Amino acid sequence: MADNGNSMNRRKFLREGLWGACLGGLGAAAGLTAARNNRGNMVWQIDPNICIQCGNCATYCVLERSAVKAVQAYALCGYCDLCTGYLVPEPTALDTSAENALCPTGAIKRTYVEDPYYEYTIDEALCNGCGKCVKGCKAFGNGSLFLQVRHDRCLNCNECSIAAACPSGAYKRVPADHPYLFKGVERTQ
Amino acid sequence: MTRWSRITVLAMTLLVPSLDALGELRFPPPEFESGYQFPQTTAPGAKAVFHEYIDSAVLLAALLLATYLILRRRSRRAIFALMLLALVYFGFWRDGCICPIGAIQNVTLTISDGSYAIPITAGIFFVLPLVFTLFVGRIFCGAVCPLGAIQDAVLLHPVAVPRWLESGLRLMAYTYLGLAVLFAAIGNSFVICRYDPFIGFFRLSGNWNILIIGTSVLLIGLFIGRPYCRFLCPYGILLRQMSRLSKWRVTITPNECVKCRLCEGACPFGAIREPTGDWPRGEYKVAKRRLALLLLLLPILVAAGGWGGYALKERLARVHPKVRTAERVYLEDTGKVEGTTNASDAFRATGRTREDLYQDATAIRGRFAVGGALLGGFLGLVAGGKLVALSVRRRRSEYEADRAGCFACGRCYQYCPKERERRKKNKETVAGH
Repeated sequence: MADNGNSMNRRKFLREGLWGACLGGLGAAAGLTAARNNRGNMVWQIDPNICIQCGNCATYCVLERSAVKAVQAYALCGYCDLCTGYLVPEPTALDTSAENALCPTGAIKRTYVEDPYYEYTIDEALCNGCGKCVKGCKAFGNGSLFLQVRHDRCLNCNECSIAAACPSGAYKRVPADHPYLFKGVERTQ
Repeated sequence: MTRWSRITVLAMTLLVPSLDALGELRFPPPEFESGYQFPQTTAPGAKAVFHEYIDSAVLLAALLLATYLILRRRSRRAIFALMLLALVYFGFWRDGCICPIGAIQNVTLTISDGSYAIPITAGIFFVLPLVFTLFVGRIFCGAVCPLGAIQDAVLLHPVAVPRWLESGLRLMAYTYLGLAVLFAAIGNSFVICRYDPFIGFFRLSGNWNILIIGTSVLLIGLFIGRPYCRFLCPYGILLRQMSRLSKWRVTITPNECVKCRLCEGACPFGAIREPTGDWPRGEYKVAKRRLALLLLLLPILVAAGGWGGYALKERLARVHPKVRTAERVYLEDTGKVEGTTNASDAFRATGRTREDLYQDATAIRGRFAVGGALLGGFLGLVAGGKLVALSVRRRRSEYEADRAGCFACGRCYQYCPKERERRKKNKETVAGH
């Protein structure tokens, strides 16, 4: 009987000890979180200088329409008439006809500015982030078009599906107060 | 004049270090004469952070409410309602992210990588349910977890799973937990989030793999209660073990068990344990010998597991994109494969040397050798522990909910005649006033 009482005590002691250890461990995790959080939250972004426009951004995002869009750095753009980001290689004419458009969704708007310059603007509602225009612009133009995660759409998933599929490692976490990696000089925010 | 200004613009742009150093502007931006102004590239801000604090507050409130409902009110209906609310809020409204299951990885990464800034919500979501579990058991599973809720809601006709099978299948959850921690710490990937079966439903979109996995889990869940929670959930493993130590917990009967056996089949998750008698005399000796044997087997299992994990290091290391790239580049260079991949092209475009890449990959493999051995040893220990547990008999004098396995859903309450008596009395006192 006495033996039984002893073992019960031992079990209770073990249990209480483990309980305290678990609580301590959780406290340590909480403390670590608090200590590491002071640098602010992180969001996903594409480094345009590493991006190779493989096309994964268009297909891997958990959103039906990818949160990645092409953006235009106007200050870098050459406003070319023969825009290799807008027109297919060897176009039949330098115009807005569909058979000459490189963009599969017709998301790039070509607007006449003055001779011989044209402005190219991305309609983000149509852009699917495939990066075809980016590739064209980078290959033969100034590289003023590049892909960026648009934070009004991005869900900021814990494990970004595109980041997991990115072959070049262009995806990275950046501080939320500087959420864009823009090309060129005009850095906003 | 125009030419000069163009040259200055070109020179300036070349001097700006953030531009590609290759003199990229093939076509200098024009000097417009029509007064055209460069539009600003828009930069929509990141989603507001206050949402995250609301999430944490909602989690805390839901856990407190669940505690009250399960231990004081003892009402299955109220818990079910709370569970659906949690499913709508954490699942469909907040798109199922962040959740405590995935937060395991954030916490792991915080420990292994000093430069990673963990979101405060990830920390709170990891810690809070576990703290509550230490006090009142797995109320998070029963009433707050959106992944549990979606499975609980579709449970149609529960089929009992034998104890030994359930215990064996749970090894999958231990393996999943071990791999998730390993990959988050050194593999540069969060597998729990990548294979979250229900995220496609929560977001009402997603790729085919996710939707197929999710649909199959839900289809299985029609007949086997909460298959993800019982056999796969890595966070469930932590909750199980802490729930064993909890200060308070679900008791089927509000006062005393009359051993009427009515609650025996009440639990769709097989978490109700029947009372045990004494060991039958003959069996006791055999069981004792078996236990001794299994305890001797334990270190062998740990060693075998450790060796197995070590042997798998090269396969495990392939989770890391750098290792995959290095292997691919090696195969391409030695002519063993034709053509290139996006990843190998991207590597060559960086201009880094191969030796550099191979060195990185070797270092990562080395880390996986240690990590794999530890993981294998851990799994060996778990498997051995399970065998030992089968040979140990706990004395129970009444029907009770299994401390580790009970999800605190409250289904069993209404089966207990003592509980019905209590409710009747409650009603009478309310009516009497």
